[in-house]
Amino acid sequence: MTYESWGRFFRSRPARVVSLDWPHELPSFDGGSVLPYGLGRSYGDVCLNNGGTLLDTRGMSRFRRFDRETGLLECEAGATLEEILDVIVPAGWFLPVTPGTKFVTLGGCIANDVHGKNHHRAGTFGRWVRSLELRRSDRRSAPLEATIGGLGLTGLITFATVQLRRIESPFLLTEAIPFRGLEEFQSLSDSSDRTHEYTVAWFDSFDGRDARGIFFRGNHTQSDARARKRRPMKLPVPPLLNPATIRAFNTFYFRAAQHPEPRVQHYDPFFYPLDAVANWNAAYGRRGFVQYQCVIPTAAGLEPVAEILDRTAQSKMASFLTVIKKFGELASPGMLSFPRPGTTVCLDFAVKHDSLWPMLDDFDAIVAEAGGSVYPAKDSRLSPARFKQFFPQWEQFVPYIDPKFSSSFWRRVMA
Amino acid sequence: MKIAIIGATAAIAQATAIPFAENQAEFFLVARDAAKLAAVAADLQARGASRIDTFIADLADLPRHAAIIEGAGDVDVVVIAHGSLPDQQAIDRDPAAQLAAFHLNATSVISLAASFANVLESRKGGTLAVIGSVAGDRGRRSNYVYGAAKAAIHAWCDGARARLRAAGANVLLVKPGWVDTPMTRGMKKNPLFADARSVGRGIHDAIAAGEGTVYLPRFWRWISALVRLLPERLVKF
Repeated sequence: MTYESWGRFFRSRPARVVSLDWPHELPSFDGGSVLPYGLGRSYGDVCLNNGGTLLDTRGMSRFRRFDRETGLLECEAGATLEEILDVIVPAGWFLPVTPGTKFVTLGGCIANDVHGKNHHRAGTFGRWVRSLELRRSDRRSAPLEATIGGLGLTGLITFATVQLRRIESPFLLTEAIPFRGLEEFQSLSDSSDRTHEYTVAWFDSFDGRDARGIFFRGNHTQSDARARKRRPMKLPVPPLLNPATIRAFNTFYFRAAQHPEPRVQHYDPFFYPLDAVANWNAAYGRRGFVQYQCVIPTAAGLEPVAEILDRTAQSKMASFLTVIKKFGELASPGMLSFPRPGTTVCLDFAVKHDSLWPMLDDFDAIVAEAGGSVYPAKDSRLSPARFKQFFPQWEQFVPYIDPKFSSSFWRRVMA
Repeated sequence: MKIAIIGATAAIAQATAIPFAENQAEFFLVARDAAKLAAVAADLQARGASRIDTFIADLADLPRHAAIIEGAGDVDVVVIAHGSLPDQQAIDRDPAAQLAAFHLNATSVISLAASFANVLESRKGGTLAVIGSVAGDRGRRSNYVYGAAKAAIHAWCDGARARLRAAGANVLLVKPGWVDTPMTRGMKKNPLFADARSVGRGIHDAIAAGEGTVYLPRFWRWISALVRLLPERLVKF
């Protein structure tokens, strides 16, 4: 068992790891700061607590109640989305919101107030959390809006109740439509968001704003098809991602992934294509990688997005997984939630060249100018000033932090 | 399908129960800690169990066993999973503590297993699954009291299997290797450690297939064979 974060850029050096097995057994919060840890799928350091204690929550993965009539699910916070899907899908229910991997815990989904391809319809994960139990080191409590998106700092989430979404089968009717340039993305997105519950676009990072891309969209559907359970391959993944291989991959992927005619697809490859390779994060090599996900508010238009894409292309520091999606109007419930109406762009970069850091600082400036924000769950390098600028509610949030809780991320952005 | 699980809050027992719950089994769950047992029962209920009865008992308390057998009633499958891994160094020079560990890990197991064997024999069918350990395959300095208890269970299972076969019932002996559970929390982890979930599924599958003895994960069969062949002067661990 390792306690890394997904980007493998930060060294994880907890002084102590305490494994939690039962929600009713309160761990000791003594000796330095503590931070709940799930599966370590956030990219930067929000899940790390160097020099302090990590509370490993994976032993708390039991269901507490599942009402098959109403779709209310109460579950311990260490349960993974995979474990939840295995039970709810055969019963005709689906997650109200899902991120791009099922290897995350319920607690992590709440603490990072994650979003998915249906943000324009459902908003963030936190909107579907009906209640939760929080264990703190003091006698105080924190409101739901502090804990949702609260980065694990308001206390230990032991269990939570989530409203699920009805489905008629595990299948979706999906399309993968090739397009070129941001404007085509814009019009595809605007029309698809009216007709489709799930939308997202992949972009080739080499050609800036005029790049080719594939627009994915889908709706749940009825189907009698039978599903085969995929087991993730655990391969020794070589450090094979560099600009040349990414360029070759993009050319291949652009052809292979497009499928403009609707087809019936199981939820697993549609929502979780990368889960098929269990440890794809190793492909970036020894020093790991960083993600940069920002949101540009609708009012600022698409120009800031275009600028970021152009700068990425000029840098020749290829981004393997460039993803763009328009967030909808539904307000995020957490004080530190990231999603807000606008366009979100997600890029990832191998940590190889020193020029990466000033470029990302420039991106911060573009985002700040546009009145946008950067996603803490993916961040590895935001400055304290930028964090406070992007999350002005941090001051109202601070009083709800459990005095014994902290994280590497929090100490970095509060420095 | 009705299944009785003794030591139901043990990590391997919880994991074994899950596939049965998904197949709408009926459960009779026995454990010492009421709050933990309630959490396990709720989990299995949510996963689809058709009925769950729970029974609180300290399994080292042999006079309680009769009530457990009676409470379980007519069962198709029995899983005996309770036990504890003592700190061998701490009990090395303490005969009373060694006997207490042997009592919980062997005597109380055989007491329950022998009674359930009679139940299955008279109903002419079903499976009695008992959790042994690779530690029982060869005595080692680091865990020989636990290993001795497991070795006793192994021999018991082999003989009882031969006896029950005539009645159409099976005795499954499960020998897990290293499994990442609260019981092994103090041990340094290495790549051979398996997660409880996969071991639980393996037990479910072995019960369904009517197997006699299984190592889980399966490759432990070869490791154990090798460890047993090692000459005495090389076994210093």
